[in-house]
Amino acid sequence: MRIVVLVKEVPDSYGERRLNLITGFADREASERVLDEITGRAVEAAVSYAESAEGVEVALLSMGPESAESTLRKALAMGADSAHHVVDPGLAGADLSLSAEVLAKAVEEIGYDLVIAGDVSSDGTGGLVPTMVAEYLGVAHATSLDSVQITESSVTGERAGYGGTVAVQAQLPAMISVTERLPDPRFPGFKGIMGAKKKPLEKYSLADLGVDAGADVPRSIMLSVAETPPRTAGEKITDQGDAGAKLGEYLIEKKVV
Amino acid sequence: MAEQNILVFLPVLPSGELVGSSAELLGAASLLGAPVGVICAPVGQGQAAAQAAGEFGAVKVFIAEHDDDATELSAPALGAVAAAWEQVSPEAVLVPHDIEGRDIAARLAVRTRSAVAADAVGVHRDTEGVVAEHSVYGSAFTTESAPTHGTLIITLREGAVDARAEAAAAQVEQLDPVESVSAAAASVTGFTENVEASTRPDLRGAKIVVSGGRGLGSKEGFELAEQLADALGAGLGASRAAVDAGYAPYSLQVGQTGVTVAPELYIALGISGAVQHQAGMQTAKTIVAINKDPEAPIFDIADFGIVGDAFEVVPQLIETLKAKAQ
Ligand SMILES: Cc1cc2nc3c(=O)[nH]c(=O)nc-3n(C[C@H](O)[C@H](O)[C@H](O)COP(=O)(O)OP(=O)(O)OC[C@H]3O[C@@H](n4cnc5c(N)ncnc54)[C@H](O)[C@@H]3O)c2cc1C
Ligand SMILES: Nc1ncnc2c1ncn2[C@@H]1O[C@H](COP(=O)(O)O)[C@@H](O)[C@H]1O
Repeated sequence: MRIVVLVKEVPDSYGERRLNLITGFADREASERVLDEITGRAVEAAVSYAESAEGVEVALLSMGPESAESTLRKALAMGADSAHHVVDPGLAGADLSLSAEVLAKAVEEIGYDLVIAGDVSSDGTGGLVPTMVAEYLGVAHATSLDSVQITESSVTGERAGYGGTVAVQAQLPAMISVTERLPDPRFPGFKGIMGAKKKPLEKYSLADLGVDAGADVPRSIMLSVAETPPRTAGEKITDQGDAGAKLGEYLIEKKVV
Repeated sequence: MAEQNILVFLPVLPSGELVGSSAELLGAASLLGAPVGVICAPVGQGQAAAQAAGEFGAVKVFIAEHDDDATELSAPALGAVAAAWEQVSPEAVLVPHDIEGRDIAARLAVRTRSAVAADAVGVHRDTEGVVAEHSVYGSAFTTESAPTHGTLIITLREGAVDARAEAAAAQVEQLDPVESVSAAAASVTGFTENVEASTRPDLRGAKIVVSGGRGLGSKEGFELAEQLADALGAGLGASRAAVDAGYAPYSLQVGQTGVTVAPELYIALGISGAVQHQAGMQTAKTIVAINKDPEAPIFDIADFGIVGDAFEVVPQLIETLKAKAQ
């Protein structure tokens, strides 16, 4: 059985994240690029299942700039078997539709029984790519799972639904995405890090995957980008035993309560 | 030119009521054209929901009813939206940016080869058509997007749009029971209804939000945030650390990977104010923070900051507010 995990490199949310005000693209110089935490959890889910079952292979797939290679190596160190990197100048500013099409083509190329993604990426906040990939692949989706059980032939889990919790099950092949309710990603040990250097990492271009980024299909384009003025600090007092009363007066005066 | 049709997916709760985001979805649609609702509900529940949709401004509502034992994940709703799409050729489709809404938008976008705008916080029209507004990197940037051509599918962030449409006498049309349209779908094998009968306003739409963090120390300590929320008639929120520690359920998490709120007043108790928390609340009109640590980053964005112990400040605050109310 082969599990493909969709991992994404994102600007570190602990640092300053910036958009280039002319191109609207992420400013790669502004902050460090890291493995998106949620895709770390997706890797963890795959690797921990692989450890518990026979003959499970974990392949990592990322679409992103050259720098994504080192992020892929770090994720390999968690215990995955191979990495696959789609990198092509034609992908700069790719919209969700193009990203999903590319990822689906690459997943097919790699071969899969189960695909695991994060539910929502921390830079894009779209949360659409996994189900779009499922539609391209023609397989079932079970997205935003708060718990996951994988078997040789199926995957089950629970997710939030309207007014309650929904239990879902999909026969493989299938596409799932996971939420941050899943366990934290493990820290790769020294052995993992050394081992990762020798693991296969394959690169793909758009031509390799037979995707035409310039095809005349509807695309989403950015019309404008602007920076929001940062918030500034206001009044700050240290409690001398009367701060609760002072705050009450402040709120009453401001007519917010 | 006749008004363009804007198709709106309106989910229903197990009770048959429309979900909370319906009014704002129809309000957003009315900024663009004629709001046309799509409701997918168990047999017998569609009419009442359609009526409610009319009150929120839907001029037309399609109802697709299904057996209670419909067990394919997303497929019935997707089929309903796709069938309504065929009939009204919408210029835009609006769905809530929640789990089910995103799944529908995603499948529909690929199937119809349409452009999609995810997590929009607003919509408007320019000379060339529909434009979606986005708030990026925790409100640090705003962007606008549009489709090169064709219908735009938009997932709308809950709580972001204030516009409401005028009530309309909705023309109701029954769609044929939907066949499974997905090549493959996951099965729904169970449903557990939420029992929490909270009387507090929903976090997303609340005018005032009180959030508690790890600084409240325990589940019992977190009751301090609940008491203040109740004294103010406020919605209740939490930081991720408070959720991880089990003080509050995940549905109350405010921040980058939780709910984004923009209330009139946000009060943070025992929250340090990590960037990922700020991402979910920094557009509140007024921010109040109570924290023992004078260096806590939450003070950088607070309009009124108190360096102090929440367990001393908050009871006095509640007393002051009570005295004023009398
Ligand atoms: C990818 C990613 C996504 C994330 N998403 C989110 C998110 O959506 N939401 C979120 O909140 N976090 C998120 N985080 C986590 C975030 O980085 C912080 O870890 C978290 O917000 C800290 O929560 P906290 O402020 O409650 O806890 P702490 O940082 O531990 O702060 C507790 C504060 O309480 C104060 N305190 C202690 N006792 C008292 C007292 N008696 N009275 C007053 N003050 C007191 C302390 O001085 C301290 O400042 C995310 C992190 C990552 C990496
Ligand atoms: N460029 C990408 N490369 C690999 N995986 C991705 C990429 N974009 C999105 N994904 C996957 O889809 C999930 C949700 O992303 P999004 O729909 O962008 O919020 C992520 O957590 C990843 O698992």
